[in-house]
Amino acid sequence: MTDTTHTRHLPDRLDNPVRAAVMSWESLLVLVAVAIFVANSFASPYFLNAWSLSDLTFNFTEKAIIALAMALVIITGEIDLSVASIIALASTLMGLALQFGADTPMLVAVGVAVGIACGAFNGFLVTGLKLPSIVVTIGTMSLFRGIAYIILGDQSFKGYPASFSWFGQGYVWWVISFELVLFLVAAVIFYVLLHHTNFGRRVFAIGNNATAAQFSGVRVDRIKFVLFCLTGLMSGIAAVLLTARLGSTRPSIAQGFELEVITMVVLGGVSILGGAGSVIGVVLAALIMGLVTFGLGLLNVPGIVMSIFIGALLIVVIALPILFKMWKQRTA
Amino acid sequence: MNRLLKTRELWLALAILAVLVLVTIRFPRFAQPGNLLTIFNDTSILMMLALGQMAVILTRSIDLSMASNLALTGMIVAMANAAFPMIPIPLLIAASVAIGAGLGAFNGVLVWKLDIPPIVVTLGTLTIYRGLVFVISGGAWVNAAQMSPDFIQLQRGAFLGLPILSWFAIVVAVLVYVLMTRTPQGRAFYAIGVNPTASVYTGINVGRTKFWAFVLSGAISGLCGYLWISRYVIASVEVASGYELTIIAACVIGGVSIAGGIGTVAGALLGALFLGVVNNALPVIGVSPFWQMAISGAAILIAVVLNARGETRKGRVILKRAEA
Repeated sequence: MTDTTHTRHLPDRLDNPVRAAVMSWESLLVLVAVAIFVANSFASPYFLNAWSLSDLTFNFTEKAIIALAMALVIITGEIDLSVASIIALASTLMGLALQFGADTPMLVAVGVAVGIACGAFNGFLVTGLKLPSIVVTIGTMSLFRGIAYIILGDQSFKGYPASFSWFGQGYVWWVISFELVLFLVAAVIFYVLLHHTNFGRRVFAIGNNATAAQFSGVRVDRIKFVLFCLTGLMSGIAAVLLTARLGSTRPSIAQGFELEVITMVVLGGVSILGGAGSVIGVVLAALIMGLVTFGLGLLNVPGIVMSIFIGALLIVVIALPILFKMWKQRTA
Repeated sequence: MNRLLKTRELWLALAILAVLVLVTIRFPRFAQPGNLLTIFNDTSILMMLALGQMAVILTRSIDLSMASNLALTGMIVAMANAAFPMIPIPLLIAASVAIGAGLGAFNGVLVWKLDIPPIVVTLGTLTIYRGLVFVISGGAWVNAAQMSPDFIQLQRGAFLGLPILSWFAIVVAVLVYVLMTRTPQGRAFYAIGVNPTASVYTGINVGRTKFWAFVLSGAISGLCGYLWISRYVIASVEVASGYELTIIAACVIGGVSIAGGIGTVAGALLGALFLGVVNNALPVIGVSPFWQMAISGAAILIAVVLNARGETRKGRVILKRAEA
């Protein structure tokens, strides 16, 4: 967090670096996460043990893996609503490959390749034909899932090999799941990519002013294309994990994921208008959403009611700094 | 004539006609007036919703919460009807419009007073409203047996040979048309979409204009909540789940620019009608319903590609007469 200009801050004086760090969006998220964690451990005696906490990670890792790439796309001022449909299509084609006798490495390859191909298709439509990404991906969202429905109908593919299931159910060390390790590794890679490379600086530059970036030599279209491929890739990886965890493929798989992924990104402090955001914020937001849903789950709150909390959390956390600022202006 | 040829509405109408003709060549009964009226009636709810969404999109905003608003309002009036069958239906309809408008106003206030991006606000309320459906109903369904006969029958009645549901769509379309083309408020929707900064200088309150767009889309969602429930005679948490994107798709096909400021009532209606005709034609020509999603996805993409060329001419001239 050395580069404070790129992260979101609570409204306050930021000339003091220590104060800036304390008042950062990430600090707010840490506070929220700790509060929910404490509330959870008081609310349920089953919360505070290693296996519980390990289960918790399965709640959000698949979505969070996509959120990492989605954050970059949104920072450039674009959006990808088709990620859940990419999962459905990748999962379906993996199932199809399975019917033709593909083994585990081949299945993973198919999932990842389909993801990248779908992302490239989105990227081409957005950058090649200069179309608004929100509309393009609403279209491909129907298109990709539609193809999954055409292939599968109301059937499902089952019978994935045990070695494949490991991707979604296996543990690397004691209670640390493979999914979690993969997510953490990806988070570090994305952190370095966004905050410590020229590529990352260009991503921010595009989000702040695409025209200015273009004139200063940033290949705006090429970077956007790469980013759409990247969300496609991460969606493909998520498809492998989710399919392996569920052990079956249905065309309705991952329905509604896209909105949860975007909620994570926005909650993580990425500006939906582009130009601001941090990977750490997104990781924290993913953790918060995992904590909320898991904690409420322990209290036997039904899934649909959890969505109220997630939606309210999104609005309240975004509104808090704004209200704080208005209140300060009034009292000043 | 030349200008007419350039309008997107004409091409869309021709596309719809082409689909009708192609299907009718194979299945002559498809184009019978009765069936066409059925298609119109089937599409009525989508047409109304698309008009509400258009008002919001014109102001450079987006309302992702329309389908959840519809489900919540529908559940409230359905439960009210089940519990107190003596409440007259017109009162319930008025209530559904009011509840929907209230939910829309909540979105609008957050956008207006707190200046939170509309996509974030409505992403939040999308999940909140949908969750509230579960909370108030306890996850239970309200089914046909619990609804009063009037509640179900009202929109099935006919007036001048058209089902009442179709009349709802026609009345809403006329009202929105008048609002958009004959009132300062309608002009304000276009103006802040074309150029928010210039609008401020001409004395338009951008935030408040967006607020009213959300109230309008909310009111229409609420009305459609009643209509949807009484048409499909089941109120559940799943009602219209995922429909928000279909509504936006209808607008996009109808030539409403997602960047704001461009779009017409006729376009939004035709966009919805196009989806309705395609969806009605598919089963007739023996295409499996599983193709439906892929085909509407492809239709959206084709529509945007065609749109992209049209939008190079910037903005929509609001005062055509003054220019000429």
